[in-house]
Amino acid sequence: MSVSPAIVLDGLQFRWPGQSALCLDIPRLEIAAGEAVFLHGPSGSGKSTLLGILGGVAVPQAGRVNVLGNELTAMSSRARDRLRAAHIGFLFQQFNLLPWLSAIDNVLLPCTFSVERKARASRRHSLRDEAERLLTQLDLTMSHWLKPAAELSVGQQQRVAAARALIGRPELVIADEPTSALDAERQQIFIDLLLREVGQRSSVGDVALHGEISALRSARTALVFVSHDQRLASHFDRTIDLRTINLAVQADAATEPA
Amino acid sequence: MSPIPLLRLAARSAWARRLTLGVTLVAIMLSTALLLCVERVRADARQSFTQSVSGVDLVVGARTGSVQLMLYAVFHAGAATNNVDWKSFEILSAHPAVEWALPLSLGDSHRGFAVLGTTPAYFERFSYGEHQSLKFRSGESFAKVFDAVVGSEVAAKLGYKVGDAITLSHGMGSANLLEHGDKPFQVVGILEVTGTPVDRTIHVGLEAITALHLDWVAGAPVKGLSIPQDFVSKFDLKPKEITAALIGLKRRSDVFRMQRFVNEFRGEPLLAVMPGVALDELWQTIGLVERTLFAVSVLVIIVGLAGLVATMLASLNERRRELAILRALGAGPGDIFIMLAAEGLLVTTLGAVLGAAMLAIVSTIFAPWLLEHLGVLLTPRLLSLSELYLFGGVIITGMLASLVPGWRAWRMSLADGLTPRT
Repeated sequence: MSVSPAIVLDGLQFRWPGQSALCLDIPRLEIAAGEAVFLHGPSGSGKSTLLGILGGVAVPQAGRVNVLGNELTAMSSRARDRLRAAHIGFLFQQFNLLPWLSAIDNVLLPCTFSVERKARASRRHSLRDEAERLLTQLDLTMSHWLKPAAELSVGQQQRVAAARALIGRPELVIADEPTSALDAERQQIFIDLLLREVGQRSSVGDVALHGEISALRSARTALVFVSHDQRLASHFDRTIDLRTINLAVQADAATEPA
Repeated sequence: MSPIPLLRLAARSAWARRLTLGVTLVAIMLSTALLLCVERVRADARQSFTQSVSGVDLVVGARTGSVQLMLYAVFHAGAATNNVDWKSFEILSAHPAVEWALPLSLGDSHRGFAVLGTTPAYFERFSYGEHQSLKFRSGESFAKVFDAVVGSEVAAKLGYKVGDAITLSHGMGSANLLEHGDKPFQVVGILEVTGTPVDRTIHVGLEAITALHLDWVAGAPVKGLSIPQDFVSKFDLKPKEITAALIGLKRRSDVFRMQRFVNEFRGEPLLAVMPGVALDELWQTIGLVERTLFAVSVLVIIVGLAGLVATMLASLNERRRELAILRALGAGPGDIFIMLAAEGLLVTTLGAVLGAAMLAIVSTIFAPWLLEHLGVLLTPRLLSLSELYLFGGVIITGMLASLVPGWRAWRMSLADGLTPRT
């Protein structure tokens, strides 16, 4: 059984209501399952809109959006919400967490929104063990687990958010400038941790031990890492410059006087 | 997403904002308690008012308005324009449909309290509320001409006990009344609290009223004529006139027939009214205050709920990120709507329940104090049916009000998507 690509965009066109100019015009974009992609785009290049479309909260006026084998444009908004809850992990710049929940409850949140994700998260361990395992993997010690998210440092908060994006092994993680609030050294550490966790999905031991559920497991988690900071690109399998694939931006730039 | 974890999440989010929501909750609690309290005082006042007399089938007096007749015959307020001839009363008493008839003679007072001349049968026949009859707290009914039985409030306010001597004044009111100083009365009995005009009345025998006025003509003592108290028994003390009469029938079904008989009485123009109907009518005319009070407390509820909506709308801006996070985790705009509406409903329901509980507690603790000091009857109980309707009304209004922040959040989360525009 072939694994569907993480993302396929075909002839995508998006325009915000009440605006004449296109915001996105992407003829073609494909991201393979398990691929870790660095999506480079300065602010105003349509990044947030694209992420909204991939997450299923915005719908393009034209074109095809396929996420993990699902045609988003053909689905109801509820079905898209369910797909996002079950199969996609999101990670934002900052303020990712609900400040009034503990770190561990924040990590467990996706499991309250999706039964499927909960089932996958608790396949090997209890749900709580899995959350604790992820937090430990991301270098958050036990003393932080029960703290309200608001009391954690920004770096710790981002790692809790990463654990939350990763719980239940989603096939796609979308990270929008997750390191911009961190200093250079912490950026490095954070990206390493994130890539390690994403990459671990294909660890040989995993497949050997749980061969019977190989189809899902063998696929690595695809990662779309969005940033304007080109220096981070070297960590990833592939770099895509949003300005080169989004014709709307080029057209916009061309008509603008220099 | 299934509603239970969603609601649990909404509750935890609300708990995180407990200070602001708490203030709103207190506002709703107080306004609910106020609304229910006004309703309770209103209902109780109406009940004790409309049940000032019970078991009396007809109130009879000289022809006048029914409201006016009730006012002086039952509440001893105002004065009768005409009296009823004693002969007419005797004819009515002898009517085959009549089981009993009580004569009432009004016009004198004692330190602001009305004096009622009647017969000892009054204490057996008169009843109020749910057919409760009068009881003596101490002493007994009058036996001699100058004996008096006082109501509980008269005794409490003036500090009377059995054996005390009192003198009556001619007329109602308090200023410049002529005294019946030459003929003092002795208090022989004190009645229990009834919550009706009986509490504020001094009861004497019908003969005493005649005796007091033996040496009076046209509302003033005759100069040079004074009949000593000891000699009154030598006179015929049968009254010539009475102010009104209370009539009890053998069969209630005769009431319309008897009413017609009285209204078409040949001897003199008379009026018979059914007290229940007339009291309801009277309540309607004096019920304006009560309705105003009710309207004000409804407004207070609206202010309380408007406060809730304002608080929630204001909090929406600071919660924009929270809602975007929930969206990213898979919450739909509908889920966001439910969370917000549930929060509003939770605060309203909790506030309303606490308000009702507060009223129950306050009415239990303060009811005796209120009755004694303000004369306000506040029955300690959980919720009556009409209060339950109001309680439900508060919650339904709160539910409708909660739709506003819910709708706003729904719109917001649709526009914001995953990245809040703040």
